[in-house]
Amino acid sequence: MTLNRAATPEHGSHDALHEHELGFWRKYIFSTDHKIIGIQYGFTSLFFLFFGFTLMMLMRWQLAYPGEPIPGLYFIIPVAAVGGVIAILTGIKRSFLSLAGVVFIGLAAVVWFLVTGEERMPEGIMLPEFYNQLGAMHGTIMVFLGIVPLAVGAFGNYVVPLQIGAPDMAFPKLNMASYWVYFVGGLVMLISFFVPGGAANSGWTSYPPLADIATTGQTLWLLGMVFIITSSLLGSINFITTIIQLRAKGLSFMRLPFFVWAQFVTAFLLLLGFPPLEAAAVMQFMDRLVGTSFFLPSGLVVSGVPLEVSGGGSPLLWQHLFWFLAHPEVYVLILPALGIIAEVIANNTRKPLWGYKSMVYSVIFIGFMSFIVWAHHMFLTGMGTVISAFFQTTTMIISIPSVVILTALFVSLWGASIRFNTPMLFALAFLPMFGIGGLTGLPLGLAPTDIPLHDTYYVIGHFHYIVAPGTIFALFAGIYYWFPKVTGRRLNETLGKIHFWGSFVAMNFIFMPMLIQGLAGVSRRLWDGGAQFAHAQEVLYLNEVMSIAAWVLAIFQLPFVFNFFRSIRSGKKVSENTWEATTLEWTAAPTPPPHGNFPVVPEVHRGPYEYSVPGQEKDYTPQNQLVEA
Amino acid sequence: MKSETAEDIKKHVRVYVAVFVALAALTLITVGASTLQVSTGVHIAIALVIAAVKGSLVASYFMHLISERKVIFGVLIFTVIFFAGLLFFPVSDLSFRGSTENVP
Amino acid sequence: MEIPYTATLRPDTGVYNAKLGTWLFLASEVMLFGAMFSSYILLRVGATEWPHGADILSVPIGTFNTLVLIASSVTMVMSWASLKMKDFRKFKIFMGLTILLALVFLVVKSFEYNDKFSHHLFPATSTYLAIYFTLTGLHALHIVGGVIVNSYFWGIGSKMWNTDPERFTNRVEVAGLYWHFVDLVWIFLFPVLYLL
Repeated sequence: MTLNRAATPEHGSHDALHEHELGFWRKYIFSTDHKIIGIQYGFTSLFFLFFGFTLMMLMRWQLAYPGEPIPGLYFIIPVAAVGGVIAILTGIKRSFLSLAGVVFIGLAAVVWFLVTGEERMPEGIMLPEFYNQLGAMHGTIMVFLGIVPLAVGAFGNYVVPLQIGAPDMAFPKLNMASYWVYFVGGLVMLISFFVPGGAANSGWTSYPPLADIATTGQTLWLLGMVFIITSSLLGSINFITTIIQLRAKGLSFMRLPFFVWAQFVTAFLLLLGFPPLEAAAVMQFMDRLVGTSFFLPSGLVVSGVPLEVSGGGSPLLWQHLFWFLAHPEVYVLILPALGIIAEVIANNTRKPLWGYKSMVYSVIFIGFMSFIVWAHHMFLTGMGTVISAFFQTTTMIISIPSVVILTALFVSLWGASIRFNTPMLFALAFLPMFGIGGLTGLPLGLAPTDIPLHDTYYVIGHFHYIVAPGTIFALFAGIYYWFPKVTGRRLNETLGKIHFWGSFVAMNFIFMPMLIQGLAGVSRRLWDGGAQFAHAQEVLYLNEVMSIAAWVLAIFQLPFVFNFFRSIRSGKKVSENTWEATTLEWTAAPTPPPHGNFPVVPEVHRGPYEYSVPGQEKDYTPQNQLVEA
Repeated sequence: MKSETAEDIKKHVRVYVAVFVALAALTLITVGASTLQVSTGVHIAIALVIAAVKGSLVASYFMHLISERKVIFGVLIFTVIFFAGLLFFPVSDLSFRGSTENVP
Repeated sequence: MEIPYTATLRPDTGVYNAKLGTWLFLASEVMLFGAMFSSYILLRVGATEWPHGADILSVPIGTFNTLVLIASSVTMVMSWASLKMKDFRKFKIFMGLTILLALVFLVVKSFEYNDKFSHHLFPATSTYLAIYFTLTGLHALHIVGGVIVNSYFWGIGSKMWNTDPERFTNRVEVAGLYWHFVDLVWIFLFPVLYLL
């Protein structure tokens, strides 16, 4: 393959000859190609999403039928079955994809281990300590090992260089390092289940003093987080530098696809938000291993015995440092999703996005504001009124740009020629679901209404609406949308629609009842789902409803897994620009793109969403198409 | 920074030496100032002002910020703002919680 | 396949990739140490009693270490300037001095730590000592990292001077940025921990 460069040759590494001779390990395992790395992130994060989901399904058994022995085989067999199917579909011994099948069977083994342990589920009955491990790890795994690596590591890595006309990321070796550091962090988190005392069990928020004195798993959680944070930091440096420095000629900032803007702002959130949590993790390490009292107050008594520490520390210090990251983190969860939805909507409405400029200014504003709202997670800690008023105000303000973006996406549908393919179905469902999630956040952001709602199931319902039928739907949309680019084949539409409708209905039956339970006052993180509380009795029946819905949701992911692995080998082949899109990844790079991405370096002459331009031959005009004289 | 000639660099060397002398002097001054009999608040102010001056010298001349491009400043300005927030809010929160008897 | 602007400057931004990347990294480090400083402030304000730094730590030793680190910053920028003036020999000398001074700092620090330990003053003893050891420990780890990077550029990494001098000069420049930052952190650490 020849790589003609339209630009003048640069000084730089002259290893063009070497890369054609890369062995298997350098080409697929320790690759520095952003596309391979993106795929690695994709597979790994999807595995973690599946694992985190499995943990939740175990929790939901306990919540629906507290104190009853779990029919473990009903959980293990489906997981193993998925593994077997994948192995068969990808051809045992003929493709390393069958490794995925082996991984799922391994997962089934882990589940078997978890449900049969005496210190976890004696005679199949879940102990509260184990329930707490599941809760803490479900949150941690889904957020840090699942969603963010998928949204940023997989989609960001694969698509951003292509959409800006770059041959790769600015620092390819750093990119590879980011992935492997993430991988190690994930391993550490998995291993934590197997140590004495089990995994971390102080919530994904790891509040001291509890987390300070918790079992060994918490130390591994801290170690895992340090790896994950390091991976994120390296990645965000790469993304920001790439977007600023490697845009193709003619690609000004206001011509960037909104997906790239979203990834750009997200990278800043990760860059500046994560270090305080890293500092806090170091301090919690010190508390646990060296005996310091960063977060331990004076006079703390544990199980009747005064703790032998210097005291003088502050649990609130942890909360401030944790939430300083964790609030921007939730925007890290949603912004890439908004980016994907924007691409899918523009493409399937055959018209430009309405209010592109407002969306760009809004996403920048959200990025900035997200750093000054964090204490709204701490309203009930005894906060003074002045500070509380400040954070309530900033929290209300930040809802405005979010509404602007959602409105722009809705209005983009007006007068459109909508194509109801699978990615678009997910994108359309995203809009009202994210709307519900966002609106339910408003009472949480105001201190008076937060008083009865804080730490109840209302909060869980609120954020799951945003992340599950919100972000995860956007990620599904992204998978269905870009799968053809990566593989040259389409996912099956019928299976996609089954996947969509089943997931959509099931998710609402899981998360809507949470809002109801929360309003009734049912607290979160209760191992029996509120069974022992009088105020919960009227809404307790919803636990069973939600659990059944969760297992139904799991069943509806099977068509997706089947579709995914089958289509890689034998899906319908597609043209270079499957969806007749305008952005560079579709119009200037082959399908799938080779190393270096572009046989001819593209030059951009127009904005990203020139669909249905009057006077043009086709209903889409590629960004790199020359302007007629 | 634009590409510079060897002559330009020689001028820079003189600046580096001057900055070093200034930094060393300020170090000794800050140590001396710490022996003054003033209130804690004044001590803190003096120490931080001197440190800020020293820091600015290192950033401006050793790190070449004084002649650096806009894109770098863009990144740094947001960092400075959030850094300030991180320093200010947690301690303000704890300070304005009414009674300090049971501050955790 | 070549990544553009690894050595040359992108016209509209005026920087090469590694410089932007390094400044971004330093921005994250500002937040890291910022969180530690924030913790220091919060713990001190909330404390019933807080020792004078000078009562526990040795100001003369701290002053000496401060001057050592500042000097290492000068030698670091001089090593880059030498490369810009195409004087490889001088680069080796100045870079070598930088590494040496850094090691002096670390040795002095370890004596300080040992002194505390032998007087039964550990991180667990008080929140002041906890934040002192954690802040200086984190800083010392950064120095170790810098020593490793600088040693690489002084040693095997310096081979790049023969094949791609411009790119090598840039690498030393960004290594310098990191090193100056480490010095900058100490410029604040010293008065906060030793003098206040």
